[in-house]
Amino acid sequence: MTFLKMGAVSALAMMVAGAAFAKSDISVAMQLEPPHLDPTSAAAGAIDSVLYSNVFEGLTRFGPDGSVNPGLAQSWEISEDGLVYTFHLAEGVKFHDGSAMDAEDVKFSLDRARAEDSANAQKALFGSIAEVEAVDATTVKVTLSEPNGSFLFNMAWGDAVIVAPESIENIKQAPIGTGAFKFTNWVQGDNITLEKNGDYWGTPAKLDKVTFKFISDPTAAFAAVMAEDVDAFVGFPAPENLPQFEADPRFQVILGNTEGETILAMNNKLAPFDNVKVREAVAHAIDRQAIIDGAMFGLGTPIGTHFAPHNPDYVDLTGMTQYDPELSKKLLAEAGFADGFKTTLKLPPPSYARRGGEIIASQLRAVGIETEISNLEWAQWLEQVFKGKDFGLTIVSHTEPMDIGIYARPDYYFQYDSKAFQDLNSELSVEADPAKRSELLKKMEQMISEDYVNGYLFQLAFPTVAKKDVVGLWKDQPTQATDLTAVHWAE
Amino acid sequence: MLRYVAKRLVSLVLSLIVASLVIFLMVEVVPGDPASFMLGLNATDETLNALREQLGLNGTLVERYLSWVGGMVRGDFGTSYTYRTPVAEMIGERMWISLPLALFALTLSTLIAFPAGIWAASKRGSLVDTVVMGITQLGVAIPNFWFAMLMVLVFAINLRWFNAGGFAGWDAGFFVAMKSLTLPAIALALPQASILARVMRSSLLDTLSEDFVRTARAKGLNKRQALWRHALRNALIPVLTIIGLQFSFLLAGAIIIENVFFLPGLGRLVFQSISARDLIVVESVVMLLVFAVVMVNFAVDIAYAIVDPRLRTRV
Repeated sequence: MTFLKMGAVSALAMMVAGAAFAKSDISVAMQLEPPHLDPTSAAAGAIDSVLYSNVFEGLTRFGPDGSVNPGLAQSWEISEDGLVYTFHLAEGVKFHDGSAMDAEDVKFSLDRARAEDSANAQKALFGSIAEVEAVDATTVKVTLSEPNGSFLFNMAWGDAVIVAPESIENIKQAPIGTGAFKFTNWVQGDNITLEKNGDYWGTPAKLDKVTFKFISDPTAAFAAVMAEDVDAFVGFPAPENLPQFEADPRFQVILGNTEGETILAMNNKLAPFDNVKVREAVAHAIDRQAIIDGAMFGLGTPIGTHFAPHNPDYVDLTGMTQYDPELSKKLLAEAGFADGFKTTLKLPPPSYARRGGEIIASQLRAVGIETEISNLEWAQWLEQVFKGKDFGLTIVSHTEPMDIGIYARPDYYFQYDSKAFQDLNSELSVEADPAKRSELLKKMEQMISEDYVNGYLFQLAFPTVAKKDVVGLWKDQPTQATDLTAVHWAE
Repeated sequence: MLRYVAKRLVSLVLSLIVASLVIFLMVEVVPGDPASFMLGLNATDETLNALREQLGLNGTLVERYLSWVGGMVRGDFGTSYTYRTPVAEMIGERMWISLPLALFALTLSTLIAFPAGIWAASKRGSLVDTVVMGITQLGVAIPNFWFAMLMVLVFAINLRWFNAGGFAGWDAGFFVAMKSLTLPAIALALPQASILARVMRSSLLDTLSEDFVRTARAKGLNKRQALWRHALRNALIPVLTIIGLQFSFLLAGAIIIENVFFLPGLGRLVFQSISARDLIVVESVVMLLVFAVVMVNFAVDIAYAIVDPRLRTRV
């Protein structure tokens, strides 16, 4: 047999084998690597990206559309006064180390998150819990100190997943959860692998093996997808390359929304931004579409308030701050700044901020506002802008889901201090009736928009590039998860 | 010779002490709190304090410096703030990529540069000389990250001979691992080879015009014999210096190439740690690189003395 024939035969054999066994593993790339693997003690979204609902599960969980669904808790009752939640846990749930997941583990997890020395980045989620009680193996009673309309929503966050006391010691390197996949290996700086959990209590995963690869550089990301080193790239970092993937029959491009409201934040306590007329002038000086086109290659949905457009309670208020440089100049003159003024624009590293900042600076210059741009690293940004409140303007995307409540914190970096808003927020936090909550949320959106607290730019888009026959990836990002439990290859 | 080595050792230790002070102070005065970086926008002060306490960030500067240096002397590099694993372990893992990569690149560079430089020098003024010098001129001028991207485009995206990046790991077998290091090594080696070839050529030409070579020729050696037996050995001193410098450069300076090829090496570790304010990792890796540079210089000094005995007395 000649070499050529042998080659042909083995190629044929491989093709037949390939058809007989559908591919059961996948490699998914993303930009950021998790610093460690404990979702309950860091703010890094990358931890959730890898582990949320794949490895760890909470009492409730987010669906692909952001809805709050049953998780480890299959059902619950809420007392009349809204203070007592009785959760009924799924039967026969086991952690990946084989130990049973029961009410005691839930108690341990919630008590750990709200403890005094807790390093949970979202400790506020647990703030209203007064007591957690394990009634029996599958029943947990959580008593709140005051009614909390978002409690079930809060319990769906990655920071509220259920962990076991036996495995907590090594959770940062060897996470042990209850999910459809279990953690197998982490090559730091390169990849994390998960494999199917054969003992999963719910609908089993369709894939046998999952590899997450971390590729931070946009050019390298492009090369990795093009060379087919990876099967999918979630949160693809170079929007300028998307048309090329769309045109390539090997790939599909999925454009989704995130919970990231990208805003031009203003320092409401710093003159002249303490004058609402000036803030209004800034808002009218901004051409959102030009920023979306120029900085994001057309990706992003314009917003007029701090709320996600895909949320049913969203009110489109973009009309209140339409692009109108003439009006902007007029408002500035009324505020006593006919000749404009000078301020700072401090930009964190992401490209929406760096590229968007240049465009905004030129739009502001057109109405007489000169900005001194400084590019900061994240750590510097957190120190100077977020903590030190030493800024005039800044651009940042707020990626926490449903975070309009930050406007009720007068010491938050943009320093909006409105009694009326704070009252609405307190009302919301104790309201459980969905219709009333919706009404309150709409009022809150309206109020911050009318007060021109910040310049509302756009909702950050979430592009995913995947091979054509990958099915079941999440389109939107209601939380920073890459839920692979339903992902598989098309037949 | 012993005195020479001893003196070199003392200056080595002094450099290390000074370097540790400078690194520590520079890294510690950079603004940015590691704890708030890790906990993000929603953290409460109480949580931040709890974390700072856990990380040992609440001590004074002097306390922290002493515990860092003291630890290093015992081989304990501390625990990474963000990854929460021992820094020594992390460096060890990354080293197994950066060190082979640097050695691979250095080998390639030497293998290309020596023959090219010697060939060009021996045929001074000929077409060969002009072509070799032209190519090396280009090699020096082309930025290596650009060359790296070009190689990815050709060999990974179009031809599919190599992966676009990543590291298969030594577990996957020697050849598979070396394969993932090949493109990065070539990208790193080419500019180095160009520089080295030029240095080799000019240094060889310098020695060829010296008296002892003329004497050798007068004794009846032909040009080729004179070059190989007498000139080459003496021309090696500047070349060794450059190789020493290049090795430290390759080890520390591969950051961009490691990013282009998403290789989890030391360079990328430093880069990530700086932006995450993982100070202890930054300090330890930089210290280690300084140590490597100092050691390489030490080795080069010793090599000088071996190549040129006159240097031993000229301390």
